[in-house]
Amino acid sequence: MKIRHILRSVLVGLLLLSSAAHAQLVSVTSLKGQVVYLDFWASWCTPCKVSFPFMNELHEQLGNKGLVVLAVNLDEQRAAADRFLAQTPAKFRIAYDPKGVTPEHYTVKAMPTAVLIDRKGQVRHVHAGFREADKKDLRAQVEALLKEAP
Amino acid sequence: MKPSVAVRPRLLRTLFLGLLMFGPAFALSGCVTLEPVKPWQKGNLARSDMAFDADALESKMAEHVYVSKESHYGGNGVGGGGCGCN
Repeated sequence: MKIRHILRSVLVGLLLLSSAAHAQLVSVTSLKGQVVYLDFWASWCTPCKVSFPFMNELHEQLGNKGLVVLAVNLDEQRAAADRFLAQTPAKFRIAYDPKGVTPEHYTVKAMPTAVLIDRKGQVRHVHAGFREADKKDLRAQVEALLKEAP
Repeated sequence: MKPSVAVRPRLLRTLFLGLLMFGPAFALSGCVTLEPVKPWQKGNLARSDMAFDADALESKMAEHVYVSKESHYGGNGVGGGGCGCN
């Protein structure tokens, strides 16, 4: 299990493809040394909408402490994502993967899924779904990862 | 050389019968390999017009009344009285 986790974190070198005309690539390996809150979401997913204010909060309060919130949109249509973002503003980084390549690598089993990656680039927690009650645990896990030495 | 001529039709018939019996099984096995829908591919399924019931509240009420009348069929919980009000 551990080896698989490490393997997967090496796999994070894989790039998140943007559907934008000028493909904007995000390499998660370039975020090494930082704690990454990697979220997979889609516009049609109601719990994803619930998670956005929480992720905004994380970004605002812990962004300067070495946390990167990166939310990967998995809508097939970019327009749907744009409509969602117009209603639900996001202050954190958004990447687009309309083909669903990346969730395959992280074996996403529910929407949304939050993957917590530590400063060494290892996947430490995978959290499927989102409820208001999950906030406390997620926050505590993120803070614990931030306290670890790079 | 003579026997081979006699064997041929029998072989063909066996093959044909085999195909007749197991062909559908092979054809159906193709369906098994259909990939399940991934969680992130459920955008269209999540649309409200894709739901089985047009109105969740209405169908719930209808079912409630139905169960109270037809509870002897079972399978839907406990039935109440005749008015459908409990």
